[in-house]
Amino acid sequence: MTKITDKLIFEKSRSGRRAFAQAPQFDSDINIPQQFRRPDRPNLPEASELQVVRHYTRLSQKNFSIDTQFYPLGSCTMKYNPRACNALALLPGFAGRHPLGPESHGQGFMKCMFELQEMLKDVTGMKGVSLTPMAGAQGELAGVAMIRAYHEARGDDERVEILVPDAAHGTNPATATMCGCIVKEIPTDSEGDINIDALKAALGPKTAGIMLTNPSTLGVFERHITLVDELVRDAGGLLYYDGANLNAILGKVRPGDMGFDVIHMNLHKTFSTPHGGGGPGSGAVGVNDRLLPFMPIPVIGADVTGGETVYRWFAEKDLPQSIGRLSGFMGNSGVLLRAYVYMRMIGRNGMRRIAEFATLNANYLMVKLEESGFELAFPNRRASHEFIVTLKKEAKSYDLTAMDLAKALLDRNYHAPTTYFPLLVPECLLIEPTETESKETLDGFVDAMVHIANAARDKGETYKEAPYTMPVRRLDDVKAARQLDIRYQRDSE
Amino acid sequence: MSEMPGDLLYTKEHEWLRREDDGSVTVGITDHAQTALGDLVYVELPEQGMDLDAEGEMAVVESVKAASDVYAPISGTVEAVNETLADDPERINSDPYGDGWIVRIRPADAIDESELMSPDDYQALLDELDA
Repeated sequence: MTKITDKLIFEKSRSGRRAFAQAPQFDSDINIPQQFRRPDRPNLPEASELQVVRHYTRLSQKNFSIDTQFYPLGSCTMKYNPRACNALALLPGFAGRHPLGPESHGQGFMKCMFELQEMLKDVTGMKGVSLTPMAGAQGELAGVAMIRAYHEARGDDERVEILVPDAAHGTNPATATMCGCIVKEIPTDSEGDINIDALKAALGPKTAGIMLTNPSTLGVFERHITLVDELVRDAGGLLYYDGANLNAILGKVRPGDMGFDVIHMNLHKTFSTPHGGGGPGSGAVGVNDRLLPFMPIPVIGADVTGGETVYRWFAEKDLPQSIGRLSGFMGNSGVLLRAYVYMRMIGRNGMRRIAEFATLNANYLMVKLEESGFELAFPNRRASHEFIVTLKKEAKSYDLTAMDLAKALLDRNYHAPTTYFPLLVPECLLIEPTETESKETLDGFVDAMVHIANAARDKGETYKEAPYTMPVRRLDDVKAARQLDIRYQRDSE
Repeated sequence: MSEMPGDLLYTKEHEWLRREDDGSVTVGITDHAQTALGDLVYVELPEQGMDLDAEGEMAVVESVKAASDVYAPISGTVEAVNETLADDPERINSDPYGDGWIVRIRPADAIDESELMSPDDYQALLDELDA
């Protein structure tokens, strides 16, 4: 592994050095008026093509990635991204399309996107889909904004409370707050289901809706879902489905059939587009009949005239009650295209197999780890696509915390599972293997987990200093949070 | 084993209360709470003079791992806040029952101790959580 002390590309810059073959072609006739010209050269690094190639190749080698390592990051669905999706999304007709070009010049792209909307409607059981949210969090924002818009359109202004189970992703309460709602937290019972008595007590004339992830972040299916549906509906609230864990139920159960009014889907998880590091993603939203008028725009519509289908953007005029636009255009088109190709390759039967193998892999791994002495947070429940190991016992008996184990796994060439989430479970690891991993990989991961835990128990290995083999050692995340400093200062400043 | 002074009252949400001689009540989070949260990096404090409802949100404590609400254990008015926490949230980690106090409340009503937990009750709660 290379050292973190590599110089930044700016520090490698030497005045006048260039990558001639990559230089942009300018039309020398462009006449920019003097007042619009910048007085100084832009402060960009000057480097040769070889320097740039080496610099970024070396940076990429410092990463863990799904192409190089097992990446069981719970609730993130780090599955393999098939190369075909990438290749087809990069076809010149797609990559060269200008978003401001006329509709007649983008019919192929728009047809793909229309079909993606239709496939997502089919697999989720919703009545309409908008592809416009740029990421999961924006999909959530759109979803709750639609719930608010629905109540307000009916003059039901008092409904401002959003119920969120305490196992939820942190984005759920954040979303509700951003939409001007008040968050009411609903506790979870000891088997991982919603506490129904607490739900009943929280419901009332102010209830705008409930945000649910099912299967939940605890890796179990909410068994009271039909009762929750009934209770919330009777109270006049709407049901929001957080699609973070859609992978587990794909092709098996549809959120629309479970009674949800609005859902967001993380296409970058479930439909296998590259993700991590903050995006770009896709948080497409699906709605039932009631929320159709409020969908974020644009969506793609199809007009059939004389046996010919013409695709066009549906915008303000078609959906006057829409919550509006979330970005300049429609989502991250490259991500949407990759998801489209993936879904077309997989087909409806393939979707079912995704859920089956994601669940099988999770349950296999869960049983193997339990047999090896690890404690499960919910030993009486079958896992969905992910499950939780708690190191409470190990932390207490020989000071092996979830963080220590996570860091030690890096030295054994496995990306760490999600740590310390959900917050309900002490010293937890949330593990999601996904359907694309082989049995051999899962067995290797179990061996690594067992090796680390045994060394801590039998040989007093502490792992407090781990990782040892990575470009950086244990980072001081407390100092990083307290004294945030993310700006590079050039020498000249 | 968490440290737990015997002259304080506690809540099931892991706040502590000290009844001061002038009738005000000082509130913070317990040693157990700060241990569970880990190193704190940020504390959001209420405004002085703000009215608080019992069990309503009063402050937010944030660690690298999690952000957590601190609830008002009683109804009343915020008489003072520990401003030093803005720059030194780690005081809550190092001295949760002393320098790491969060607010001082002027109670709205007489304090009903049956609504709160004695040191023994709170210890029993911690034992249960630890089981």
